[in-house]
Amino acid sequence: MFEWLQDFSDWVASDVFGLEATSKLSEVLHFFIYDTVKILSLVFVVIFFMGIVNSYFPVESVRNYLSRKKLYGLEYLMASLFGVVTPFCSCSSVPLFIGFVKGGIPLGVTFAFLVTSPLVNEVAIGLFIGLFGLKTTIIYVISGILLGTVSGIILQQLSLERYLTPWVQQILENSQKETEKFQKQSTAFKQKLPFIWKESKSILKGIFIYIIIGVAVGAFMHGYVPEGFFEQYLSKDNLFAVPLATILAVPMYSGASGILPIVQVLVAKGVPLGTAIAFMMAVVGISLPEAMLLKKVMTFKLIAIFFSVVTLCIIISGYIFNVIL
Amino acid sequence: MKVIKILGTGCSNCSLTEKMVSEVVSENNIEAKVIKVTDIQDIVSYNVLSLPTIVINEEVVLTGKVPNKDDIKKLLNV
Repeated sequence: MFEWLQDFSDWVASDVFGLEATSKLSEVLHFFIYDTVKILSLVFVVIFFMGIVNSYFPVESVRNYLSRKKLYGLEYLMASLFGVVTPFCSCSSVPLFIGFVKGGIPLGVTFAFLVTSPLVNEVAIGLFIGLFGLKTTIIYVISGILLGTVSGIILQQLSLERYLTPWVQQILENSQKETEKFQKQSTAFKQKLPFIWKESKSILKGIFIYIIIGVAVGAFMHGYVPEGFFEQYLSKDNLFAVPLATILAVPMYSGASGILPIVQVLVAKGVPLGTAIAFMMAVVGISLPEAMLLKKVMTFKLIAIFFSVVTLCIIISGYIFNVIL
Repeated sequence: MKVIKILGTGCSNCSLTEKMVSEVVSENNIEAKVIKVTDIQDIVSYNVLSLPTIVINEEVVLTGKVPNKDDIKKLLNV
C-alpha cells in the first residue's frame, strides 16, 4: 500500500538532494519523508473514521444508557468500550464526571470511562497503525480497554466517595432523586459529514507540529543510533525497566503525538515492546493537566489513588506484554 | 435583548467559541449580552456533559463542539 511512498522518498533523497543511497543522511531523510507522509495520512483517516463512529455515540446517550440499564458487572466493560468511541476533550472531564455522578453511575464505572477515553483515542490509534502496524495496534486497544475495566473495578472496591469534594458529595446524595435525562441533539448523517471533516482537519492541525518534530528526532536516531543500543540498558531481564519507563512517562503529556514516533525507533533499536507500550500508555493515559481539572471535584488524595491504581495496572500490563510478545 | 452564556473552563475550544459568538453579535448588530461562565459549579447546574456549551436566555442550545459562524447565526435567528 505504501510502496509508492518508498519510491517517492528514494527519489527525494537521491535525486532532489543528491545524496548517496547508502549514506546516513540519505537514510535519515528517507525515513523522515516516508514516516511523516504515512503517519499523517493514516492519522487523518483514523480521526475521520472515528469521527463518524463518534457521532453515533454522543456522550449524553452513553450516560443515559449507563445510568438506566442494569448490567450485572458488565457496566465496567461497557463504560470502558464507550470510552473508546466517545470523544471527550479534557476540559469536559469535570462536567462529564458530575453528569455521571448525578445519574447514579457508580464511581468505579465513571473511572473506567475516564481511563479509557484518553488512552484509546483516535490520534493514538492512527499513530499506532502507522508506526507499529495493525497487530500491535489491536493489542494496544484491547489492553487499553481491559486496563480501564480493571482499574474501574479496583477503584470501586476502595469506596472512594468520601474523598470527593463536599459539593460533589452533596450531588451524590441527591442523585437518586434526579431522573432528568440529558438532551441530545440529533442531526442527519449528511449534515454531520462536513462537520466531522472540519473537526478532523482541526485535530490534525493541532498535532501536526508534534508529529513532525517526533518523526524528525526519530529519523536521526534511526540513522545514527546503533542497532540494539538500548538492549544493554532496557532488556526484558531488567525488572526495573517497566516501572521506570512508566513513571517517567506520567508527567509527559502535551507531546504525546510527538513521543510515539520516537518510541517506535526505540523499539527498533532494542527496547522491548512491553516496556514501550507501558511507557506510551502512561504518556497518553495519565496527564497532569487533567489532574489539575479534576481537583475541582476530587480531593488530592483521591486523584493520587486514581493515578496510582492506573499506573500500577499499566506497569503490570507492561510485564505481561514482555512475557507474551 | 438576549443573554448569551458561553460555558467553558478555559480551554482553547471554549475561548474560540466565545470569540466567534462575540464576533457574530457585533457584526450583525444583535442586541445581546455575551457572558463567559467559567465557574464549574455554575456550569454543571446547566446539566451539560461536554464543553463548550452555548446557553441563550437560560436555554442550552449547543454542547460539546465549536460552532462555525453560520451555526451561531442560526441559533440567534439571524
